[in-house]
Amino acid sequence: MSAEHPAKAGPAPSSPSPVAGKATRRRSSGIGVPISRSRFLMIAVAVFVGLGLAWWAATGFEWVKPIFLPSPGSVAAQIAKLATDGTLLLDLQASIYRISIGFLLASALSIPIGVLIGSFRTWEAAIEPLVDFIRYMPVVAFVPLSILWAGTGDTQKFLIIFIGTFFQQVLMVMDNVKRVPADFIGLGRTLGLPDRKILTRIVVPSALPGIWDTLRISLGWAWTWLVLAELVAATSGLGYRITVSQRYFQTNTIIGYILLLGMLGLITDQVMKALEKILFRQEGHSQ
Amino acid sequence: MNAPKLRIAGLHKSFGTGERRTEVLRDINLDLADNEFVSLVGTSGCGKSTLLSIVAGLQDFDAGELSIDGAPILQPGLDRGVVFQSYTLLPWLTARQNIEFALKAAGYDRSACREIALEHLDLVKLSHSADRFPSELSGGMKQRVAIARALSYRPKMLLMDEPFGALDALTRHQMQELLTQIWEEHRLTVLFVTHDVEEAVYLSDRIVVMGIGPGRIMRTFNVGIERPRREEVMETPAFMDLQRDVHKAIREASKRPEMA
Repeated sequence: MSAEHPAKAGPAPSSPSPVAGKATRRRSSGIGVPISRSRFLMIAVAVFVGLGLAWWAATGFEWVKPIFLPSPGSVAAQIAKLATDGTLLLDLQASIYRISIGFLLASALSIPIGVLIGSFRTWEAAIEPLVDFIRYMPVVAFVPLSILWAGTGDTQKFLIIFIGTFFQQVLMVMDNVKRVPADFIGLGRTLGLPDRKILTRIVVPSALPGIWDTLRISLGWAWTWLVLAELVAATSGLGYRITVSQRYFQTNTIIGYILLLGMLGLITDQVMKALEKILFRQEGHSQ
Repeated sequence: MNAPKLRIAGLHKSFGTGERRTEVLRDINLDLADNEFVSLVGTSGCGKSTLLSIVAGLQDFDAGELSIDGAPILQPGLDRGVVFQSYTLLPWLTARQNIEFALKAAGYDRSACREIALEHLDLVKLSHSADRFPSELSGGMKQRVAIARALSYRPKMLLMDEPFGALDALTRHQMQELLTQIWEEHRLTVLFVTHDVEEAVYLSDRIVVMGIGPGRIMRTFNVGIERPRREEVMETPAFMDLQRDVHKAIREASKRPEMA
């Protein structure tokens, strides 16, 4: 059906409206062939709606037992109930507090270290292989150790989020810094700037859009580590609620919270993307 | 005779060590007089860009003498303005701020920076784009800002590494005319690297042809064409003869020498 509407070009039309005779033969699928924005959205929404309908049908016709998969209505009602009695808000507060502190700590350390090892080979030799080694140690394996070290309070949550994000961030920031064009550094040197000023005035500002992207991506992972830490040992938070609900077979709470976590991740990602557009709007879309 | 502005004497340069060591420049001798415009031409791999980079202080050399106004060149510095092929405008600064960035680095008074920056944007005919970001400028405009920036802090000489190599033919012609105009009015010592022979003949006082295996100077041509030069000069027999001779010299210089 798309072949009849070739002129409906998307946001990035590659060519002016084609000659009528050719248009019918233009490809509408294949590797790299662009589709219109409306078509993209339509397909994306259709997938969500389709899955929702399948869920609704599977529970409505009782193909599966509610204890394994409650109906969409039951999940919505349960979330509404937890929202009105304040449970949801308390869980959210605890979790958002933990992810904020853990993520900020990791970022505050990883950015300067990443800039350092991305700029100076000696520091790279000292730190990069070590970080590369540690990041392959599964975060999950650190959970028992973190409880031993830091108990079951907030500190242990910070620790797990930190271990999960810091080591990845360091390597990604290093990469962002290495992508700064060599001629930019050459420019700084021909202007007689000392290394310290080349770093602060050229390298860091130049790598900043990339570093922001690193933060956005690692923030997504931080949600996972937060929930992991809360699942294992906690007395509050979204992950804790999921564990407790399992004990009482409240499958609707579990599913509601999982969907909520997905939405929180999506929202933070979109917020970071929007900020990126505002912060680096003058730099075009080269990033 | 006056002392040269730039002196390159007996300069050698190799990359790598041991068995993988390759000689890129052998015994380069080249003096640039004050206010002389000299182009380096040659096939790719002849080391012309490496030589320019060494003069800029961005690369080391193994042996030889390198000095500007008699003072040895040990590191990059504000006495040599460099224009890179890749524009190198900082994307988070406007055209004017990019020039001010260089002026501040050169230690100019903050209050003077704005005025000098605007003056130089005017020189490259970009006053109207002072507050635009690089992403909003065409390739030719970006390179004009880069030239204005390199001139703004009054270096003793200008080093240009294929500055118009990434531009389309029409824009390149316009840039060549603009550069000639600026140079004829303001006079400055320029070392210019290009692979475009027509460009070299049009702009230069002297053309140095480099050969490969290892990179060295093969021939030098004095460009006797009168100034001021305008585009029409490219169609004169003298211009075309010289262009042909330089082309021929480059072809001969590109043949690998017999191992002696």
